[in-house]
Amino acid sequence: MEPVKAIEMKGISKAFGSVKANEDVNLTVYNGEIHALLGENGAGKSTLVNMLSGIYMPDSGFISVYGEEVRFASPKDSIKKGIGMIHQHFKLVDVLSAQENIILGDRQGTFIKRKKLTQEIKKLSDQYGLDVNPNKKVYEMSVGEKESLEIIKVLYRGAKILIMDEPTAVLTPQETKRLFEIIRNMKEQGCAIIIITHKLNEVMEISDRVTVLRKGKSVGTVNTKEVEVQTLIEMMVGKKIDLAITKETIENKKLLLEVDGLYVMNQEKKHALTDISFSLYSSEILGVAGVAGSGQKELCETIAGLNPAEKGRIFFEGENILGKTPQEIIRLGIRMGFIPEDRLGMGLIGSMDIVDNIILKDYQNAPGLFLKRSRYYEKANRIVDKLDIQTPGIFCPVKKLSGGNIQKVLLGREIDSDPRVLITAYPVRGLDIGASLTIYDLLNEQKKKGVGILFIGEDLDVLMDLCDRVMVFCGGEMMGTVDPSQVTKEEIGWMMAGGKMKQEVRA
Amino acid sequence: MEGFLAAAVIAGTPLLFATVGELITEKAGNLNLGVEGLMVMGAVIGFLVGYRTGSPVLACLGALAAGSVGSLIFAVLTVSLRVNQVVTGLTLTIFGQGFASFVGSSVMGAVLPYSIKEFFQVIAIPGLSSIPFIGPIFFKQDIFVYFGYVVVVATSIYLYKTKKGLNLRSVGESAASADASGIPVNLYKYVHIIIGGALCALGGAYLSLVTVPVWQENIIAGRGWIAVALVIFASWNPIKALVGSYLFGGLNILGFRLQSVGIHISQYLIDMLPYAATIFIVIISTRKNKKEDMPPADLSNPYFREER
Repeated sequence: MEPVKAIEMKGISKAFGSVKANEDVNLTVYNGEIHALLGENGAGKSTLVNMLSGIYMPDSGFISVYGEEVRFASPKDSIKKGIGMIHQHFKLVDVLSAQENIILGDRQGTFIKRKKLTQEIKKLSDQYGLDVNPNKKVYEMSVGEKESLEIIKVLYRGAKILIMDEPTAVLTPQETKRLFEIIRNMKEQGCAIIIITHKLNEVMEISDRVTVLRKGKSVGTVNTKEVEVQTLIEMMVGKKIDLAITKETIENKKLLLEVDGLYVMNQEKKHALTDISFSLYSSEILGVAGVAGSGQKELCETIAGLNPAEKGRIFFEGENILGKTPQEIIRLGIRMGFIPEDRLGMGLIGSMDIVDNIILKDYQNAPGLFLKRSRYYEKANRIVDKLDIQTPGIFCPVKKLSGGNIQKVLLGREIDSDPRVLITAYPVRGLDIGASLTIYDLLNEQKKKGVGILFIGEDLDVLMDLCDRVMVFCGGEMMGTVDPSQVTKEEIGWMMAGGKMKQEVRA
Repeated sequence: MEGFLAAAVIAGTPLLFATVGELITEKAGNLNLGVEGLMVMGAVIGFLVGYRTGSPVLACLGALAAGSVGSLIFAVLTVSLRVNQVVTGLTLTIFGQGFASFVGSSVMGAVLPYSIKEFFQVIAIPGLSSIPFIGPIFFKQDIFVYFGYVVVVATSIYLYKTKKGLNLRSVGESAASADASGIPVNLYKYVHIIIGGALCALGGAYLSLVTVPVWQENIIAGRGWIAVALVIFASWNPIKALVGSYLFGGLNILGFRLQSVGIHISQYLIDMLPYAATIFIVIISTRKNKKEDMPPADLSNPYFREER
């Protein structure tokens, strides 16, 4: 039996101003298949699926859904055709409850029938193995719950074609596992699923077929079973690359930063950090592992002087820096690059161009009343070249760049200032392999120069490959510090869930 | 005391209409600072129509039409053309005041026909008006005041019990999420900006038709600005808007009452009270932390679907 074509896109092109996001892209997805869309940052994956969800309109090309040609003028049209999109940045209303979010835009009836709705949601959750409390407010939810809510929302509208834009980017390994079970469940019920990702292991694990995009063009579609990871990388990047992360142990370490008995409160007046003590040496990468929200953000902010500590001390080369202003701490050479979930929230100003964002942390140190912007052109160009930032130019507003390139600007700025201590939180969040490797190389280069690096990461494999030591946090407490060569991933996972490790590792 | 409270309700009624009108507008994610202008436009058109036709119903419809047209200008500029909302609103206020001076110059100091005064006479609601204390304050009023109750109740049901109301709230909270859910964002914005503007104008008409049935230019006297602050005080909840409006109605007439019982405080000081209280209340009410009491999260951000 010939499988049913759920979606067929032919010769799709879309340009934003002078940037060609998609050029002559083809994509066919069958019913009952999980189709991965693979590509580097800025390859045009999101743009392509946004045309399926009615957010963007293609400049040229054809889209058919179940064999019928369609032209979507708005997301409403797309929903009517049974297409459900789960966006990379969740499209949920924070102050509304789960069930209110689910019936947004629903046209049946005038009044909200809460009881009936609760039952319907319960039925759907059971059918697909999702776990959502209908009355919970979105702002109280974890990212995993939000993801489940988004899925129920599209299922409630009877979507048969599901599009997920980087659903695993912000999920923990356990949440990702659960998500994959749900996706397989939906496949069994006959849904067509498009999943965007750049994590190759996920592609190999979940998908039936893969379409690879490169620089806005479709490179080809292959059956997952018949393809090697190396081939996919080549299709995606256009050349062979080595995936191994190098780690060199450097002797003659000096103590740079010493945190002693640190307690920090969060905004809700609860302890975000409890009795944290550790030392950071020069020429080392000290990893921080932990489920999101275990106090990583507060740790970064406290060291950078943005957050007051309740008690404890932080010494930088023998001097207590607690109580110093962020400005003074920056002058000491402690630099922080924090990549939040929305990438822009902290550290960069979206509407300003690359040059102005680079000036942001430096202008106070330059003499005179006026900004001499031209002095920074060279610096901006150097950062763009070195990190291979895809941009129309250094005067392009940062928010117009793709997520990965935004991150490179942020990290590039911090590295270019020759820091003594570099704090990086989630520097590769949402980055493709090529860009991630560039960033690991940059960090290793800094390490060789004698910088002490605090690396807050998500991916345990990366933490273990890259870091000299790894501290494990759970609920604001330190579970222990381990030598990655002495422990397994499972042991770290166990500590992340609250298991204490007796043995401490010295640098 | 009852007399004072009943008078506070009357003085609070124009504020109530304007506050609920602005509240609906802000729920759609648009901050319309043109309330003062919309009120004065409603006041002058309501008065003119009433003066010429003698029909109270036509007068009210005229005011509603004036508010609709005024806020339609605002909607075109801020929704379709995505002009800065603060600037547009301020301009609308200045425009409304100029418009009212110009149109109203022919009826300066004129008095409304008897048919209108008669229509807006006090009507005691049988049964309800005989409840002790509450009855004389709330249920021995004119038809306009009663309509105010209806507007508050209807708005509450609409916002919190209906699907359309839910859609509206989502537009104000996150236009992108609403759009992705298939809600026609711009249509919702247009409709609610216009309804909101019409209600503001009706509040203005209450002043020129009932409270002061004589046309004078500075008839609104800053009540539009108080309404903008009252929306914050009410934390975007229509029921709290009712409480706030009557409270400020009371402050408005406090001076007269104090004088009538022989307490002499400078009139200028008394006149200052509602405005000073506004500043005070805005400070207090911005200190609360509950998510539900926060302004619509997407307030005053223009929405463009293909923005990257």
